[in-house]
Amino acid sequence: MTWLRKAKEGLKAQQRRRELPDGLWSKCEECGEILYHKELERNLWTCGKCQFHFRISARTYIKILLDEGSFQERFSEVVSTDPLRFRDARRYVDRIKKARESTGLTEAVLCGDGTIEGHPLVAAIMDFDFLGGSLASAAGERIARSILQAIESRHPLVILSSSGGARMFEGILSLMQMAKTNALLARLSDAGVPYISILTHPTTGGVTASYASVGDVILAEPKALIGFAGPRVIKQTIRQELPEGFQRSEFLLQKGMLDRIVHRSEMRKTLAWLLRFFAAAERLPHPPRRRAGESLARFRAASGPIPSPVGHAPTAAPSPVPERGTSPAAAPEPESSPPSPAGAKPSTE
Amino acid sequence: MNGTWLDFEKPILDIERKIEDLRGLATPESPEAMEELVRLERKADRLRKEIYAKLTRWQRVKLARHPRRPYTLDYIKVIAPEFVEMHGDRKFGDDPAIVAGFAVVEDMPLVIIGHQKGRDTKENIYRNFGMAHPEGYRKALRIMRTAATFGVPIVTLIDTPGAYPGLGAEERGQSEALARNILEMAHLKVPIISVVIGEGGSGGALALAVGDVVLMMENAIYSVITPEGCAAILWKDATKAEQAAEALRLTASDLLELHVIDELQDAVMRHVRSLIGTPKQELLDRRLEKYLKMGVYLEEATAAANGAPDASPPDPAPPPA
Repeated sequence: MTWLRKAKEGLKAQQRRRELPDGLWSKCEECGEILYHKELERNLWTCGKCQFHFRISARTYIKILLDEGSFQERFSEVVSTDPLRFRDARRYVDRIKKARESTGLTEAVLCGDGTIEGHPLVAAIMDFDFLGGSLASAAGERIARSILQAIESRHPLVILSSSGGARMFEGILSLMQMAKTNALLARLSDAGVPYISILTHPTTGGVTASYASVGDVILAEPKALIGFAGPRVIKQTIRQELPEGFQRSEFLLQKGMLDRIVHRSEMRKTLAWLLRFFAAAERLPHPPRRRAGESLARFRAASGPIPSPVGHAPTAAPSPVPERGTSPAAAPEPESSPPSPAGAKPSTE
Repeated sequence: MNGTWLDFEKPILDIERKIEDLRGLATPESPEAMEELVRLERKADRLRKEIYAKLTRWQRVKLARHPRRPYTLDYIKVIAPEFVEMHGDRKFGDDPAIVAGFAVVEDMPLVIIGHQKGRDTKENIYRNFGMAHPEGYRKALRIMRTAATFGVPIVTLIDTPGAYPGLGAEERGQSEALARNILEMAHLKVPIISVVIGEGGSGGALALAVGDVVLMMENAIYSVITPEGCAAILWKDATKAEQAAEALRLTASDLLELHVIDELQDAVMRHVRSLIGTPKQELLDRRLEKYLKMGVYLEEATAAANGAPDASPPDPAPPPA
């Protein structure tokens, strides 16, 4: 009767509560081991017995991964509104309000810059506790601005994902954030600025179907649930049980979808090593970069603030990408300048 | 009169039945019957216009999924009789849920790619109801890259309930396949025109629909999630799909209002011709700019501000230049 037990586990995974009890002891959600709270904290909220990684907040990741005090938050002024005036049992605006209160965040992604062992980076950390880490207009815009910041500063981009996918309450606009972020990541790649994607438990749906899956390097925490469709949906579709370990990090590594699985306690060191590697690569002689920063001003304008709702005077639109010491490094390059004809001209007689 | 009728079309159907009955009687010898026939036909016409003029979103969902709606290959047959289909992703297999190939339309070489649904059960099993696996999206990307190599414009036709959520699809990296297409389509240095011809189902639709121009047929839908899926999650009841369809704002006119699509009408060749001469980099810049403008959000006065977002309706983003 193992299938009964497994079906229950599947349900449990959906309902996992992320907050740890305030008491001295916590129970591992995976193996049931009773863990001493102080010990758990020392292990960066991973189970010492089964290595299960508890879900942690974006701010905790910042604390664990970045050099102390180096993190400078950016783009927190970009926040959700309710373009569809969506309402089911509750109003979308009330859901946002509640998420803000419970997480202390203003959106499902925390963006900024900082250093790891002295290496600068641009970081975007998703937080599952904010409406399931869902991607919508404001989160998409913050990530887009972070990508622009990475292109301009030529500092590597790290996005840590933890998300149920695109946010239903903003409908098609949420879906379009997948196009927005990936279209800009194409430019990041053109500019030769590295992008490291970190997948944590759980990352599914529209986020895996966009930026999370296209890193130059893709890392994952152990045992994280990662996939396009969630296990429940797949089970409904194929009407059979899923194999053990299906859609977990280890499974994805074996199928060739990940570069490495990295324990939380090793993540900072791994990132530092990769940043050092890419910094060394940056110092190599390069042919002129393909149009890194040239037309960015134009995109900054495009992705800038839109007229606010009535009664919400827009703040004096700040330059979305903060000025940094380093100017956009890449020189505009004549190769790609206009009027080159668009490819082989077919006869249009 | 054959074919599938939707519930809201029933009044039209009733009249059509009467017309059919009358047809046999209406001969030049019986002018009354002829008159009645003309009257009924006018009435059917008027009724059709009335019903279609005020369709609800849920009714449009049904139309978008109508089993007798033209599918990708039907459009291709009409606009590109010379279409030559190409097969396979060169990695794993060929996916019949997506068709891709070369065509010449009015002397313009085109690569046409689209989701393909099946007309009957047998065909639907073969086409997997238009729900593609990773190999389908990778085939599409392979052929789009070929198009870019030779400067050939790309036309994509969107009609899918969504990318297939199954074991094999996950094993072969469905997310990566979608993500890669979205990223690469932003990159391809040829004009890309996408037309949502039926169902635009979430990521599975977007992975063929990152274009310079996105058109949408009037009774098509394009959504982040199916109304049924949304209802199951939010209302905990899949039968609340009608409500979900209203809330999701997924019709062509909704999307036009939200500046996600560019036009309602089918004007593919006009766009191909106007874009083909655009310098490549300008083309890519404009495509990126278009997507950067999408989304509606606020900018708060201070980073720390933590008040509730205002509920008043925002102005949507300015229309693309």
